[in-house]
Amino acid sequence: MYQLRAVDKKFPGVHALKAVDFEIRRGEIVGLVGENGAGKSTLMKVIYGAYQPDAGTISVDGKSVRFQNPRQAMEKGIGMVFQEQSLIPNLTVMENIFLGYEQQFVRLGVINWQAMSSAARQQLAKVKLDIDPATVTSALSFAQRQLVELAKVLTLEERVDGDLVILLDEPTSVLAEDEVKMLFTIVRDLTKRASFIFVSHRMDEVMELSDRIYVMKDGAVVDVVAHGAATVGQIQHKMVGRSVDREYYREQRQKPYDAANVLLEMDGIALPGRIRDISLTLHAGEVLCLVGTEGAGREAILRTIYGMRTPVSGTLKIKGNVIRTFNPQAAVAAGVGYVPRERKVEGIVAGMTVYENMTLSQMGRYSRAGVLNVAAEKALARDWIARLSIKAHSEYADCGNLSGGNQQKVVLSKWRSGGSDIMLLDHPTRGLDIGAKEDVYEMIRDMSDDGVGVILVADTLEEAIGLSHSIIVLKDGTIQQRFDCKPGAKPTLYDLLHFMI
Amino acid sequence: MSQLLDRDRLIRWAPLLVLVGLVILFALVNPAFLSQRNFARIAIAAAPALMVAIGVTFIIIMGSIDLSMEGTVGLTAVLFCFIFLATGGTLATGGWLAIPAILLVGALIGLVNGLIHVRLRIPSFMASLALGFVGTGAAVLLTGGNIVKIEDDTFRALLTWRIAGFPLMVYVVAVLTLLASFIQSYTTLGRNFYAVGGGEELAHASGLNVRRVRILGFVLAGVFYAVAGILQVAKLGQAESVSGANFMFISITSVVVGGVALWGGIGGVWNTVVGVLIVNVINNGMVVIGLPDYLQDGMLGLLVIVAVVLSTDRRSVSFVK
Repeated sequence: MYQLRAVDKKFPGVHALKAVDFEIRRGEIVGLVGENGAGKSTLMKVIYGAYQPDAGTISVDGKSVRFQNPRQAMEKGIGMVFQEQSLIPNLTVMENIFLGYEQQFVRLGVINWQAMSSAARQQLAKVKLDIDPATVTSALSFAQRQLVELAKVLTLEERVDGDLVILLDEPTSVLAEDEVKMLFTIVRDLTKRASFIFVSHRMDEVMELSDRIYVMKDGAVVDVVAHGAATVGQIQHKMVGRSVDREYYREQRQKPYDAANVLLEMDGIALPGRIRDISLTLHAGEVLCLVGTEGAGREAILRTIYGMRTPVSGTLKIKGNVIRTFNPQAAVAAGVGYVPRERKVEGIVAGMTVYENMTLSQMGRYSRAGVLNVAAEKALARDWIARLSIKAHSEYADCGNLSGGNQQKVVLSKWRSGGSDIMLLDHPTRGLDIGAKEDVYEMIRDMSDDGVGVILVADTLEEAIGLSHSIIVLKDGTIQQRFDCKPGAKPTLYDLLHFMI
Repeated sequence: MSQLLDRDRLIRWAPLLVLVGLVILFALVNPAFLSQRNFARIAIAAAPALMVAIGVTFIIIMGSIDLSMEGTVGLTAVLFCFIFLATGGTLATGGWLAIPAILLVGALIGLVNGLIHVRLRIPSFMASLALGFVGTGAAVLLTGGNIVKIEDDTFRALLTWRIAGFPLMVYVVAVLTLLASFIQSYTTLGRNFYAVGGGEELAHASGLNVRRVRILGFVLAGVFYAVAGILQVAKLGQAESVSGANFMFISITSVVVGGVALWGGIGGVWNTVVGVLIVNVINNGMVVIGLPDYLQDGMLGLLVIVAVVLSTDRRSVSFVK
């Protein structure tokens, strides 16, 4: 009933969807799996109308359709349950359920709350949730909110003719085990009302719930597996089976690290939440990769080292000194540099020039009694613009106008020029084109040669394997396994996935 | 792309063009507007307002807002008179001591303001608005609602002693403006203001002590308000609890009209100078061409809206709160 034919989508530098065929039949639950960056979220956005495909056709019940926006898709019965919950916490449950569709309860400009309440109760009954619709949403548990969200999407049933398709994006990521079971029972029960597309990192859940599973890799559907026709392992192989180019990751430049020179040591660190018992060691010249799914604790570890989070137990030693006060100023002073994932939010200040950005973390070195030595700042910027061949017209260029790759180079030179020798890189190549990625890989090897220790959260598993000396696999906040990654004896993607999922 | 650049460039220079346009307009209607005496009149009216506006410029660059200026100017003006009279009543006999003392008071008020905002995590507009009222109240308490006069010729030289037709206080303000510009461009504190305004998360992630920067910003603003308080006394020869009246509207209008972005990170001291001149030229020009003064506030209000409309790229902001 809902069908995509040869759907293609390109973004600058990325071919996100390559001639994808996809269909879903009435009352079916279809799973969608793939690595980060395989094109799952792009495909979902095309399905619920947030993106328009560049080529290919979308048809509902055989009729070709084109959605300009999610609202139009909803009018054809396609609803989305968002991963990041999209309920407004200070409104009541019923207001959330009918947000944007209150008109049906309005008489002479006044909302009939009773009518809305009973209508909301009817929707909540579909998901077997017995709560007062006048409850303020923030008072609900995560699982209840998830169900309210589902009930909200199910209001489509009354509003549109024809069948419903509901997308569930990582619906289980914040739920406990029994809540997941309950959700699955409800979803199975609802298949008489709607078809579901289920996206999750948890392979076992996808296998359990789905009638068919679409496996995506590099923007293409590589296989469609029927329920029970493959093992978890077989599907994982399909997800990652591709050759890794050693040249690409500069593997020939990987040299053994200095095992005698320990830069950083974590021992039994636990954080509020799920993260516990994290112990790791970083040596000079080492690239240590943290691998795991979203929310496994990779970012939390980086932020702890950088002093943005304070552990509840365990010790962190930087160059032999036990860290007691956790704040970024202390971390920077100890030689830690942090390249955050959200480059625009935490990496560079748009509107400030290249030289101003470069000295932001080290103004003390370029000033005396609070007065800046601007000439020295500019000289530094010119030097690094030349060293990293940053494409900026001069040191006066506004960082906001540089390309992503060049912004990243500015961020890296900010820390490197300040003498940071422990670098925390969170998705340093995210959103960069291939040439810019290779530049970043080159810089990482340069840093290793200079004796810098790097802790990396890579964009893909290949990147992690290609770049690292050692890999630590995390799952649900604990370390599962550590791998040595000597050139020629690197673990395979499957080895890692095995511990991740 | 070139169109975009043109738009950017136009926005950057628009305040100055508006200023020049206004001067030409008023001069055409009444040539007396261009007289040296009239320019001196504008400069005297603008001098205290410029000090207040520069103070709040630093706060706005950080993306915060400070509404305490009326109370701070009133209180510092009144305290200045008291200290001045208590230390001899003339500049030469020890009255000069009042100047550093009042700058310190301004800094202290700013410090309290900053501490309330940062430590108690109260939005800056609310913290400063409340503190402004406290300041006005304290000034009423001190004066009992009376006027305090200073009749020292040496001190009043700030207004009466003229060099090239402009009184001494105009030169004092010019020097302090240069100092503010220096702080903005050549000190770590000035750079930090822009970093906090451009991206507070990022400033924090770069290891800056954002809370300290914020507090220091309010301290600096307080010092400039205190200067305005002193100049206000020099201008009028007296102080009362309402000596700071009107400064809130005038200074924030000036800053915005001059092209400093209210969400922080963009603009600077020179924008504010142009903005203060625009506001004062309008005030003065409307008198010179004989329009009733009750129209002036309305004109300024309209001008603020036009300035914000022109300088904001509203396509990038989906929701405005």
